[in-house]
Amino acid sequence: MSTVLSVRGLSKTFTSAGRPLEVLKEISFDLQARDTCAIVGPSGSGKTTLLGLAAGLDRPTAGEVVLCGHAMSRLDENQRAAVRNRDVGFVFQSFRLIPTLTALENVTVPAELRGDQDASRRAVDLLGSVGLADRTGHYPAQLSGGEQQRVALARAFINRPSILFADEPTGNLDADTGGHIVDLLFDLNRSAGTTLVLVTHDLELAAKTGRIIRLRGGAVVEDRPLTAPAVGVDG
Amino acid sequence: MSGMPRESGSPRGIAVTAWVLRMAWRDSRGSRRRMGVYVLSMVIGVAALVAINSFGSNLESAVDSQARTLLGADLSMESSRPFPDSVEAWIGTLGGEQSRRTSFSSMVVFPRTGDTRLATVRAMEPGFPWYGSIETDPPGAATGWLGHGGALVDRTLVQQFGVEVGDSVRVGTRAYAVQGVLVKTPRESAAVSLFSPRVYIPLAGLDTLLLDRGSRAEYETYFRFEDGRDVEAIVDTLGPKLRAARVGFDTVEESRENWDDALSNLYRFLGLVGFIALLLGSLGVSSAIHVYIRQRLDTVAVLRVFGARSGPTMAIYVVQSFAMGAVGALVGAGAGILLQMTLPRLVADVLPVDVAFSIAWGAVATGVGVGVLVTVLFALLPLLSVRNVSPLHAIRSTVEPASRRAFDPVRASVLSVVAVAVLLVAVMQAPSAAFGLAYAAALAFVFLLLAGVARLLVWAVRRYAPSSGSYTVRQGLANLHRPNNQTRLLMLSLGIGTFLIGLMSVTEATLLRQVAVAGDESRANLVFFDIQRDQADGVESVLRAEGLPVLERVPIVTMRLASVKGRSVADIRADSSRGETWQFRREYRSTYRDSLTASERLVAGTFVRTAEPDAAVVPISAERDIAADLGIGLGDTLSWDVQGVEVPTVVSSIREVDWRRVQTNFFFVFPKGVLESAPQFSVILSRAEDEAASAAAQQAVVRGFPNVSAIDASLVLQVFDAIFSRIEFVIRFMALFSVLTGFVVLAGAVLSSRTQRIEETVLLKTLGASEGQVLRIMIVEYVALGLLAVSTGLLLAVGTGWLLALFVYDTPLAIEAWTLSAIVGGVVLTVLFIGAASSRGIYRRPALEVLRAET
Ligand SMILES: Nc1ncnc2c1ncn2[C@@H]1O[C@H](COP(=O)(O)OP(=O)(O)O)[C@@H](O)[C@H]1O
Ligand SMILES: [Mg+2]
Repeated sequence: MSTVLSVRGLSKTFTSAGRPLEVLKEISFDLQARDTCAIVGPSGSGKTTLLGLAAGLDRPTAGEVVLCGHAMSRLDENQRAAVRNRDVGFVFQSFRLIPTLTALENVTVPAELRGDQDASRRAVDLLGSVGLADRTGHYPAQLSGGEQQRVALARAFINRPSILFADEPTGNLDADTGGHIVDLLFDLNRSAGTTLVLVTHDLELAAKTGRIIRLRGGAVVEDRPLTAPAVGVDG
Repeated sequence: MSGMPRESGSPRGIAVTAWVLRMAWRDSRGSRRRMGVYVLSMVIGVAALVAINSFGSNLESAVDSQARTLLGADLSMESSRPFPDSVEAWIGTLGGEQSRRTSFSSMVVFPRTGDTRLATVRAMEPGFPWYGSIETDPPGAATGWLGHGGALVDRTLVQQFGVEVGDSVRVGTRAYAVQGVLVKTPRESAAVSLFSPRVYIPLAGLDTLLLDRGSRAEYETYFRFEDGRDVEAIVDTLGPKLRAARVGFDTVEESRENWDDALSNLYRFLGLVGFIALLLGSLGVSSAIHVYIRQRLDTVAVLRVFGARSGPTMAIYVVQSFAMGAVGALVGAGAGILLQMTLPRLVADVLPVDVAFSIAWGAVATGVGVGVLVTVLFALLPLLSVRNVSPLHAIRSTVEPASRRAFDPVRASVLSVVAVAVLLVAVMQAPSAAFGLAYAAALAFVFLLLAGVARLLVWAVRRYAPSSGSYTVRQGLANLHRPNNQTRLLMLSLGIGTFLIGLMSVTEATLLRQVAVAGDESRANLVFFDIQRDQADGVESVLRAEGLPVLERVPIVTMRLASVKGRSVADIRADSSRGETWQFRREYRSTYRDSLTASERLVAGTFVRTAEPDAAVVPISAERDIAADLGIGLGDTLSWDVQGVEVPTVVSSIREVDWRRVQTNFFFVFPKGVLESAPQFSVILSRAEDEAASAAAQQAVVRGFPNVSAIDASLVLQVFDAIFSRIEFVIRFMALFSVLTGFVVLAGAVLSSRTQRIEETVLLKTLGASEGQVLRIMIVEYVALGLLAVSTGLLLAVGTGWLLALFVYDTPLAIEAWTLSAIVGGVVLTVLFIGAASSRGIYRRPALEVLRAET
């Protein structure tokens, strides 16, 4: 099995109001192809920061992220963008569809970015598989929250990424809609064979993954494969 | 994993370009109307540039194609004295067709109404003009009038005195029947008639007494050569001899060049005024894009997350700006061509030629090019921030944009390219490079000053805004400081136009007041001149009989400089190292008296009242500025040619003269006891309490002494007013472009902050604000904005006007409160109107619906 994501001694310090604030402390973990993993922890514990670093959106203060074989800290912003385009999918809590694009156009953006001119058919298929075959021409403002997040899911999978990051994908949705999104997420993930990193508050959702990394105050307090018994360090 | 994905091959490059174009188009959805308004702000500037430059090119070709009608002949000669015999001999050998004309100032009398008026009389012979023609009303009069011994008069006289065809006009002792009204004549534009209306009469039978008796005249001979002679060659050989005989000459080529220069200076200057509008418009586009791009930060961040590189992402918005610039410039060019059709009417009075309308594609292309260039350059400034948008923004919307580096080389280079581009356009448009540089510098200075004043006012409003009292007022004022507000930009863009118009008003009021003051108080307001020595007593008694006082009788002796500081004037003029020698060549009108007048002040030496009877050298007094021009000081010697008699003098005093008083000031004043016996004439100053008394006195004097001329202060004021309002009209017209641009920029700014305003409104309504309150807050905001903008412009206008009054016009500043209030009211109401119109739909619709409808 190949290592898709390798996080080594990752630290991040922000300077806020002149004072250094250590948000992540020496985080390390590896994920193999097809792994699923949940990052949980209280608000402010550094989950989003970790996700951003792992996905190559930001640079760490110390440590290294190796994403699909690329040591991200050695790449400049444009090179990281290329890696993201090729290997990474992303789902946000607040959907983040581009308001001026139709559902179909939103889905094809990552494909068009890599110069793939005939992504439309795949995008239509993907929209069909999230149940939005008849909404391709609609703009985000004409879609409900759940529908928008389904478009976002289709967008995340259009480039057949090696790894998908999702930051609280159900955080802005009601329980039923959220549940439906989660089912779709896992279905797509399974059929595409994508590695999945999920940030969530929802322990039920976390339990669907193969591994739970628990953060507190920027440090890993628990890293537990769900098949093995808990190796708790702290409650 | 494979190697780094790179975008190297050109098919890839084409794909990226295609993607950028596609995204630029898609991203503009929902904003296109708004962008249309942004674009409008530069339409006006481009329109002004295209209209003026295209018209200018029409003008140039009109001057070129009608060059001969500018002179009306192939060659002209002119002198202020009858031609000397030597010149007459040359004229005789030149042959061809010849036509003489003698022009002079004289009072003309209209016996039917009894009116008199100082006029420019042109006594003509048949022939001239051979090229072009005199146009008259009725048209037939132009051909027959000379043969019938009639007269043609300027329209000004028709308007002023109700002169009609068939009336008689008296010039000197002879009467002529008015046969027509002058509409257009070669060699002169209608504006000339403001100073002194023209009366054309036949040269044959002219009352020559008028010429013999001191009035200044211009003697001209016009030539037509049907043998296709090389006139320039004639001028080359004859020129130096003519110059030596003080005879001027003009060829078709020369008059074409003169008019070309004068007219291109005029339209280029107007173009510069139009350029302000373009700059303002670009600032407006830039500021709108600044706000627009802030609303696109989410989109940019998402694109970055999914792998868009910063270059192509920024390119999306550069393409949009370019498209906006191109659309704006093209629409502007179209509007400019429409405008171009109206320009000839605007300046017809000062044009010597008929301008045929045609589109000058070069001017159109330049206008479009400049418009697009300036728009894109100004848009680049806010667009650069796209580079710094981190993909992190997509997962954490509170992420602050990457802190701006202290020195950003890209930003700095864009800024310098902007500066160079503005400078280049200014230099290109200006009559000369130096003028262009000075103009660009002045423009930068005014912009900075306005920006400074705007900053100060905004600060003051924030600092001293009421902290208690009506909530709507406080909220309305606070809105001026909302995040991403464009308050200062708006104050600048609305302020520039206000500044231009305000400055024109203040200057006009100041100058008019100055002229009015000069004719006011108990000073003279009626001047009689060209009075011969034997007529002076007679004129005085006529005036007394009319009940008017004789305030002053000033003798005038005409003279020329023979030598200065021992060096002959001929010598000085031959010295090519000296630039301007006009002051040495001119004819001086000097007086003699034993005291200083109220308008003079001694600044050096002693004023000698009476010359010693046997003095070899006469001590005289020189005016300060002419002394500086001639390079003379106390103790320097000047030798005068007083109509054939040489009079050696020495400068014994220097005076400062207040030139605002009409006709009574002199460069050189002689003491009594020297010039009494020299040929001379007099000026008599009087004062009439009203126009009727003035008119009666003028008529009585002219009846007895036809060669005597009169000017009264009301006429001076009237002429001044007419000339000034004409200039002012043209500049106001140009300033109007800036004002309009300011208003369009305002509309764009309101539209670009629409989402923000909707959110505010929804929040206020949710918190329980009534529709009325929300509306009142909006009114307070726009009224405050209008007041701030208008104060910015007017503060600077009054300040500049004050400096001009102090240092240039040397007179107290005059402010017409009414005009300024009108400007304030006009601007504030328009700002309120435009603000309200562009906010349509924000304040009335229910909160929820509004939120859903907007993207
Ligand atoms: N750009 C930043 N500057 C300063 N502090 C930040 C910045 N981004 C995040 N933080 C801080 O880092 C901590 C972790 O934030 P985050 O990763 O968003 O936590 P979580 O996603 O677990 O709620 C918080 O205390 C947050 O305030
Ligand atoms: Mg978070």
